[in-house]
Amino acid sequence: MSDTLSIVLFSGTADKLHAAATLAAGAAALDRPVNILLQYWALDAFRTARIEEGQGLAWDAMTDGTSRPVKGTRAIAWLDTFRMAKELGSMTINACSGSLDVLGIEPSELDPIVDEPGGIATFLLAAEGGQLVFI
Amino acid sequence: MTATAAELEAITEAAVIDARGTACPGPLLEAKKGMTGVPVGSTIEIWSTDPGTKNDISAWSGKVGHDFLGVLEADGYERVFVIRRK
Repeated sequence: MSDTLSIVLFSGTADKLHAAATLAAGAAALDRPVNILLQYWALDAFRTARIEEGQGLAWDAMTDGTSRPVKGTRAIAWLDTFRMAKELGSMTINACSGSLDVLGIEPSELDPIVDEPGGIATFLLAAEGGQLVFI
Repeated sequence: MTATAAELEAITEAAVIDARGTACPGPLLEAKKGMTGVPVGSTIEIWSTDPGTKNDISAWSGKVGHDFLGVLEADGYERVFVIRRK
């Protein structure tokens, strides 16, 4: 059994990025390796040109049943949480090379917190025997 | 390892990490960061307004090998005490 926490981060809204950052930071604090693969809208959110902007909220926040207001999405400190987790623990954030191609994003457009483009086999091998979540 | 409230009150040399106003996982990350700044054997005291911090710090200490001493209630926040052991 591996201690590694792997996260497939697909969503690019601030609330889901924050949920992923919280999991990643918690695992890093427990000295567990963290292995993150950015796909699609998460990848878009990590572009240097967008990363400091508000990313909006998931569809759940727009429905009539939502009873609680959420702080302005710029106030959700998901990026600071990722940065601190990376500073304190062993965390790699790879950009899915297939998603880069689909979205037409160059690796040089991504924030420096993103390590390098990676393929799915590399990610799955790093995830082998550990926990994997999809957000 | 836990200490009584009187024993915790008697601790005066702990390094204070003020994480008040930050939500989970902020206090835990601040504790981990602060722990690297004190010698092994030193006590740190994390101040937190997050209701999950005391249980998180207790679980984290057990996992990574530090000694969780206990918690004191303060005015609107909690003081969580841990000894660095590695």
